[in-house]
Amino acid sequence: MEQGIDWQLVRDSILPLLDGLVRGTIPVTAISFVLGLLLAVLVALMRLSKVRLVSWLARAYVSVIRGTPLLLQLFIIFFGLPAFGVTLDPYPSAIIAFTLNVAGYASEVVRASILAIPRGQWEAASSIGMDYATTLRRVVLPQATRVAVPPLSNTLISLVKDTSLASTILVTEMFRKAQEIAAPTFQFFTLYTVAAVIYWVVCFVLSVVQTRAEHRLGRYVAA
Amino acid sequence: MSTIPSAPRGGPLVEVRGLRKSFGELHVLRGVDLTVASGSVTVLIGPSGSGKTTALRCLNALEVPEAGVVRVGDCEVDFSRPVDKRTARTLRTQSGMVFQSHNLFPHMTVLQNIMEGPVTVQRRPREEVRTEALTLLDRVGLAEKADQFPFQLSGGQQQRVGIARALAIRPRLMLFDEPTSALDPELVGEVLTVMKDLAEQGWTMVVVTHEIRFAQAVADQVLFLDGGVVVERGAPDAVLTAPREPRTRRFLQRLLDPL
Repeated sequence: MEQGIDWQLVRDSILPLLDGLVRGTIPVTAISFVLGLLLAVLVALMRLSKVRLVSWLARAYVSVIRGTPLLLQLFIIFFGLPAFGVTLDPYPSAIIAFTLNVAGYASEVVRASILAIPRGQWEAASSIGMDYATTLRRVVLPQATRVAVPPLSNTLISLVKDTSLASTILVTEMFRKAQEIAAPTFQFFTLYTVAAVIYWVVCFVLSVVQTRAEHRLGRYVAA
Repeated sequence: MSTIPSAPRGGPLVEVRGLRKSFGELHVLRGVDLTVASGSVTVLIGPSGSGKTTALRCLNALEVPEAGVVRVGDCEVDFSRPVDKRTARTLRTQSGMVFQSHNLFPHMTVLQNIMEGPVTVQRRPREEVRTEALTLLDRVGLAEKADQFPFQLSGGQQQRVGIARALAIRPRLMLFDEPTSALDPELVGEVLTVMKDLAEQGWTMVVVTHEIRFAQAVADQVLFLDGGVVVERGAPDAVLTAPREPRTRRFLQRLLDPL
């Protein structure tokens, strides 16, 4: 069998792969990241809570998420939960698994970013009458965002590629498309290379967005 | 806030009795009493660790004492009982606080910093607050800096914005925690001038500072704290020029002649 790149196949596979990207990889990434980030803020605040039990719960959550493989988390939700009568389709299973996973990692980023804001900012906020929630919303989180952008970009870029794991639970994202096209033709090298290039382009674009966001959020900081 | 009737002018606006506070084994305040007449300026002096800053921070519950009663206007809080957050916040908003390191919000412009309390917390109409904020900025001599970010200002200008931000919540009392200690010497004057103006306009002020000349010129009473107690108190002339207590004398001597 001939090795190397089959350019005709590249041309023919581009559209189906982009279809997998637009209908699988990108929405799964976007939804999981946004939901994961919201959950991460909650987990981070719980971890920072003075109530021991609350803080301990958050700590346990992060420990479980970070201490077990993402693939296993996907499998537990898709293949494991039916044993308890919970049967989910591939898509929601993937989104739940990725959301929970992102929340575990990102909560530590959020927590560190909140702790990076000087105590004086909390005091100034309360001296003008702000309560805890208002201080977070108006003073601490806007500043913590600036600190969090570089590490959260890591999380996001990892997530883009990790969604390929959803192929194992039948989500037709880009990697699964590549497998499906490659299988009958045996052109694995060609298909996986094209998929790799597309993943790289997406991540490159995200890096550019990250740089811009950093620049924008840094405009109030002395050079 | 506007529903609270104002204290009778000339009577004590602030009364503090038996303030106690410790950080672990360290007893920072060991029974501090303080009375501040409405419209008067009180200056707290003392060596570092004497408890002067902690005492000031207890006045707006940024520090929660273990015991003692703090009254500002008609908001009285007994700290020997558990104090809920709302009560602490009510006490806190009686006073405007100026910090040693200004603590301006770096992600907001000067004008946004000043408007934040009145608009976000007090829910006053934005346009009205904006006009008032610009007037306040003008009063501290920074009208042209409204749209700058704090990092674009000098230390003295930042501190003056801090004063305007504190005034914007319409407090009855102004607290200053070493407002000039973090400034380059040539910037101290502009901040003290603004504070002197406030005093002349009749603001009730409690000031922690090492600026003895400011105390002499502006204060109605001076308290010298050491070891968590008020060692000596009285008119500035008495305490600063003819102190009775040897500890006060030693402190002032060191301050005036560090070598």
